[in-house]
Amino acid sequence: MEKFSISVNGKKQEVTADPDMPLLWVLRDLLSMKGTKFGCGQALCGACTVHLDDEAIRSCSTPISTIGSKKVTTIEGLDKEGHHPLQDAWVEHIVPQCGYCQTGQIMNAAALLKKNISPTVAEIEEAMAGNLCRCGTYNRIKEAIITASEALYLKHQSI
Amino acid sequence: MMPNFPFLKNKKAEDKSEVFVPSRRDFLKLSSLATGGFLLGVNFQCAGPKGETITFAPNVFVSITSDNEVIIVAHRSEMGTGIRTTLPQIVADELGADWSKVKIVQAIGDEEKYGNQNTDGSFSVRMFYEPMRKTGATARHMLIAAAAKKWEVSPAECHTENSQVLHSSGKKIDFGDLVAEVKDMPLPDPESITLKEFSSYKLIGKDVAIYDARDIAAGKAVFGADVNLPGMQVAVVRRSPVIGAKVISFNDTKALAVPGVNRVVKIEGAGIPPGLDKPLEGVAVIADNTWAAMKGREALEIEWDLGPNQTYNSAKQLEEMLQSTAKDGKVRRERGNFLAAQRAAGKVLERTYLAPFYAHATIEPPAAIAHYQGDGICEIWAPTQHPQWARQAVATALDLDLDKVKMNITLLGGGFGRKSKPDFVVEAAILSKAAKSPVRVQWTREDDLHFDFFHSHSAQRIKATIDKDGNFTGWNHHTVFPAIGATGSTTELHPSDGELGLGCTDFPYDVPNIKIETHESTAHTRIGWLRSVSNIHHAFAIGCMMDEIAEARGIDPVKHALQMLGEDRNLEFKPETDGKYENYGEPIETFPWNTGRMKKVIERVAKEANWDQKLAEGKAVGFAAHKSFLTYVACIVVVEKDGSGKISIPEVFYAVDCGIGVNTDRIRSQFEGGAQFATSLATTSAITFENGIPQQKNFDGYQIIRMPQSPKKIHVHIIESMEKPTGVGEPPVPPFIPALCNAMYKLTGERIYQLPFKA
Ligand code: FES
Ligand code: FES
Repeated sequence: MEKFSISVNGKKQEVTADPDMPLLWVLRDLLSMKGTKFGCGQALCGACTVHLDDEAIRSCSTPISTIGSKKVTTIEGLDKEGHHPLQDAWVEHIVPQCGYCQTGQIMNAAALLKKNISPTVAEIEEAMAGNLCRCGTYNRIKEAIITASEALYLKHQSI
Repeated sequence: MMPNFPFLKNKKAEDKSEVFVPSRRDFLKLSSLATGGFLLGVNFQCAGPKGETITFAPNVFVSITSDNEVIIVAHRSEMGTGIRTTLPQIVADELGADWSKVKIVQAIGDEEKYGNQNTDGSFSVRMFYEPMRKTGATARHMLIAAAAKKWEVSPAECHTENSQVLHSSGKKIDFGDLVAEVKDMPLPDPESITLKEFSSYKLIGKDVAIYDARDIAAGKAVFGADVNLPGMQVAVVRRSPVIGAKVISFNDTKALAVPGVNRVVKIEGAGIPPGLDKPLEGVAVIADNTWAAMKGREALEIEWDLGPNQTYNSAKQLEEMLQSTAKDGKVRRERGNFLAAQRAAGKVLERTYLAPFYAHATIEPPAAIAHYQGDGICEIWAPTQHPQWARQAVATALDLDLDKVKMNITLLGGGFGRKSKPDFVVEAAILSKAAKSPVRVQWTREDDLHFDFFHSHSAQRIKATIDKDGNFTGWNHHTVFPAIGATGSTTELHPSDGELGLGCTDFPYDVPNIKIETHESTAHTRIGWLRSVSNIHHAFAIGCMMDEIAEARGIDPVKHALQMLGEDRNLEFKPETDGKYENYGEPIETFPWNTGRMKKVIERVAKEANWDQKLAEGKAVGFAAHKSFLTYVACIVVVEKDGSGKISIPEVFYAVDCGIGVNTDRIRSQFEGGAQFATSLATTSAITFENGIPQQKNFDGYQIIRMPQSPKKIHVHIIESMEKPTGVGEPPVPPFIPALCNAMYKLTGERIYQLPFKA
């Protein structure tokens, strides 16, 4: 067991953990942040997606010892009020079915839009290919990402 | 115990739904339950600055507080169909509640109080549309009566809207301000309750957003593993690698040496047959957190007696099953004389169809939390489709009275039939008792794929005869698959009547000679039911075969289906099945099999898809129609090959007749998702066994489609209908697969006889 100090959603968190413990379990079990989900544990489904600095990563396959000073952002910290343009678009398009995969989808999409504010459909499909949805909400996810990208683009223009 | 198929609405369910049919006695019974129950005391009473909040609760499903809050109880499990929104939406519409302010709370598992809660078999709306309307209407009548009395006007001059009673003069009053008057009012005579005109509904028949959308997007929605209790430990279990394996001995020294691991506990399994509601034999590692438990499990040393299933090979069994279909089987439906038709035929088509085992692979793996308290009370939090079965199974396993088990239902991260089985809930309860603390049992993806209740693999052989004049004269369908019943009883060797009624013995086409036969097979794993159950493989075989027959007869497949359905009429299957057709647990007089309704969805889908158009080079279309769970569906799939030979599904067209459509957005979303689900079944997913062990360990081995392979535009056309509503969770799946296969044939010239095929 070792002591780690990591930054999660802008807050310093001290945890004592096995250095191999994946960030996912640090978040869920040690910090009680349940928005990040467990789906496969092998970087195959995307349910556990969070941001490490600006990159979307699979927290199930990222040991706590590799985080260092990089900033972790989870769904709880994506927007303080829960009104990131993607979250609003998700509600507008009524994307979720069971909802379980959706926080991972949103975090992955948010990282995409940070890099590419107006992705093409092909770019969206490629970027989202790592996030499984068993309920089959893929088309609404795509529509919601496009809606959010337009909202972000307009905001960007007006600045 | 083998329940009669929980995915069929069973007799017990029917009895219970009677509770809500308004006989005065029953309503009073409900009312007294409500006032003594959890609705009032615990959840909703809060003392505000204005003084004590009081509540009006005419029955267990709806209550209104003096703060004008309308609270509706959702008693069915939410696994993605939207039922947690759809049923309350019905109550709210009849009541005239302000939907934007309605609060929905999830019922605990309590059959006495809420009636049937088994969320399965696409029957929630079918079973509860009427009772929910009456629930809302009763409350509305009482509120109007109270307002009318206050204003000294006739109730007939009043109506409700936005959680207010309004008088024709323009006077209005909040529901909340009537609570004091209405609270102790006797319940009205159910006969006096009138339901609203359909045309006046503001929510029923409309797109209504799901209640939980915002919470889900914010990461605040609570699923099975998200409940946190003080002092909770986490367990993972090493289960019998082969069904029926028993622990000879185990050494937990290394496991206990892992930091954070607190305890190792053996779980007694059911052996063979494994049962539908029992845990598997295993050894659990209980730790401070999930990671420590997983590490501890890796360090366990267990010696197993693997038992008879250790030599099981599914490919070999499938081959044997296929061979068996060439012989005479047990006749399950007969009309006319198929052999005579065969002798007289000008042409006999004979085809075989194979489909694999499928896993449910909900993205949320099973997880459940139990808190066994010293005083013999066990409280559970679980993502279960069947709260009552889970509650009963826990009570049995811990030898507790049913009322000592409190079953809280979380959201389900997908269900598809997997989470109706309570094995994982029972594990949590056993382990909490052993650990003397709250315990979350956490399944990994590997556990989920290894120990699922699989959709059975299947072999089918169909012979169709065409006489010298080109008439389709005979249909002989052989089907064999290890039955669900075999999970509970080793003597179940044939598919049950229930499983056959799912797309096989209900073959609807007007063929003069029909013979349907089954063959024996044994189960070497746990068999369960997956979204649409045996309709999956039956529709695949029948839908593909019908396409070939149409081709052999030189008739367009859409025209052929319409022609073979014959006159508009209600079909009967009981006379030809020795009375054994089950019609999804509903009397066929109430929910008939009507060929006219089927023809309508076929005509509609053909029109919407522009079926007769000549498609651009590289594109092809396929068609199939299939009724399941009392809902009529026709489907057209478009496939396309690009320059590099890559195949995609640019468009899918569905037409559906599910009677009255309650939440049209959720109907569409079920079809959108159903097409995606079926694409996985058709093209990517399969479980195979070697030495009794599934060979697919995670999503790399058991693949489900990803966004790039997913069907792109999915058009869902809902037939406007005033027929009784029927479910939509499962019906999208069956016809999609043959429609896709038939489209692939047109594109490539090759017929598909085995799933999954490589697209
Ligand atoms: S849980 Fe991390 S990718 Fe699936
Ligand atoms: S919404 Fe259920 S897995 Fe995506």
